[in-house]
Amino acid sequence: MTGTLNLIGAGLIVIGGGIGLGQIGGKAMEAIARQPEAAGKIQTAMIIIGALLEGLAFGALILGS
Amino acid sequence: MYRAYIKTAFFALLFTVFSGTVNAQEDHGHDNHTTEADGGRVNSKEEINAYIKHHLKDAHDFHLFSYTNDAGERKHVGFPLPVIVWTSEGLRTFMSSEFHHDDDGKVLVQKDGVTLTKLHSKIYELDNGATTVAFDEEHHPTNAHKVLDFSITKSVFGILVTGLILLLLFGGLAKQYKKKNIPTGFGRVLEPLVIYVRDEIARPNIGEKKYRRFMPYLLTVFFFIWILNLLGLTPIGFNVTGQIAVTACLAIFTAIIYLFSGTKEFWGHTLWMPGVPVILRPILAVIELVGYVLIKPFSLLVRLFANITAGHFVVMSLIALMITLKESFGPVGSTGLSLVLALFIMVIELLVAFLQAFIFTMLSSLFIGMAVEEHDHHHDEEHEDEILTQGEVEETRERFV
Repeated sequence: MTGTLNLIGAGLIVIGGGIGLGQIGGKAMEAIARQPEAAGKIQTAMIIIGALLEGLAFGALILGS
Repeated sequence: MYRAYIKTAFFALLFTVFSGTVNAQEDHGHDNHTTEADGGRVNSKEEINAYIKHHLKDAHDFHLFSYTNDAGERKHVGFPLPVIVWTSEGLRTFMSSEFHHDDDGKVLVQKDGVTLTKLHSKIYELDNGATTVAFDEEHHPTNAHKVLDFSITKSVFGILVTGLILLLLFGGLAKQYKKKNIPTGFGRVLEPLVIYVRDEIARPNIGEKKYRRFMPYLLTVFFFIWILNLLGLTPIGFNVTGQIAVTACLAIFTAIIYLFSGTKEFWGHTLWMPGVPVILRPILAVIELVGYVLIKPFSLLVRLFANITAGHFVVMSLIALMITLKESFGPVGSTGLSLVLALFIMVIELLVAFLQAFIFTMLSSLFIGMAVEEHDHHHDEEHEDEILTQGEVEETRERFV
C-alpha cells in the first residue's frame, strides 16, 4: 500500500516539476523573442531557475522514496 | 623535467592496467559466445535491475565485464583495489581480489585473527568464534558487524585519477603563464574554459571586487565535477558524482566557504531583517538560517547526485532493452533500437555532464555572492530610489496611455 502511495507522490512531483519547467521555458522563449539581444542573460537566468526547481523536485523525490 | 617523468609514469600505469585487462579478454575472448546455459548471465528483469543497482553503488574492485567460458565457469575481467579496514584488532590491509568477486558473505578472509567478509559492497567483521555468516529474516547479518572502511574503492580511485588529471593539466597551464603570457599546446584549449568560468560565472555573481578570492575554489569544483561526469560516461564504469557522499562533501565545502566569508551586513540581514515588522524578524531569522545552513547545501548535493544517478540509470536501462525486448523484436531489432536510444541519451548526458558542473559552480558563486555582497548606500536612500523608480514607471505608463 505504501508503495502505491509513494508512486502517486512521485507522479505528482513530476507533474509539478513539469509544469514549472514548462512555464520557465515558455516565458524564456517569449522573452528571447521580444528581446533577442538579451538572449544570453535570459538563458543563464532560465538555467539557474530550472536548476533550483529541479533541486526541489529531486529533493522531494528522494525524501519521498 | 620532473613533471614529464610523472606524466610518463602515469600513462605507463594506465597503459599497463588497460592492456592487462585487454589481454585477459583476448585470452578467453573466443570462448565467449557459445553456452546458452546460464552461469550467472543477466537475463531476467530482476537480474537487470540488480545489475544496474550494483553499478550505481560503490565497489571494492574494478569490474569491467564478465562472461561464461566453454567449461561453464564464470570469468570476471577487471582489477582489484586495496582494502584498508580498521577492525576491532587494528588496521588490516589486503587486495580485494582475496574476496574472489563474492558479494554475498560466502568467502571469508582470515587476517591475523580477524575474519572479514564482503556483503552488498560493505565489509563485515565476524564476531569471535563464528565460522559462517548467519542472516536474520531481512537478510541482515546477525553475527557480524561493520568495520571502519578506508579502502581505496572505485570512487576513491576515480577521485585520485581526476585529481592527477587536474594537476597535470592545470599545473602545466600555470607553469606556461610563468614563462610567457600565451599558453601553448593543450593549454590553449583550457584557457577559454578558465576565462569562461571567470567571466560568466564568478564575476557577475560575486562582484568585481571580491571574485578573485573565490576563483581557485570555483575553478577546482567546476573542472572536478566536469571531468568526473565525463569519466562516468566512459565504459570504465565510474559513478563518482552519483555517490551521495561525494556530492555532500562538495556541498559542505561550498556551505563552509559562504558561511565563513559572510560580511557583517549579510549576517545582519539574515538574523535581523530590516524593513519588516519586529514580530516577524525572529521567525524570518530562523527561516533564513535554516535556508543557508541546511536547505541550500542540501539542494546542491541532491541536484548533482540525482541528475547523475538518473542519467546512469536511464542509459543502462536503454542498453538493457536489447535483452528485455529480444523476444518481441528479435535480436537485431532490439539491439538496433537500444543502440539508437542509448546513443541519443548519451549525447544528452554529454550536455548534462557540462550543465551540472556549470550549475553547481554557478549556484556556489551565487550563494557566495549573497554572503559577500556589500550595500554601499543607506537603507533610507534605497527607499527613495524605489519611490523614484515607481514615479518613473508611472510617468512612462502615462506616456503610453
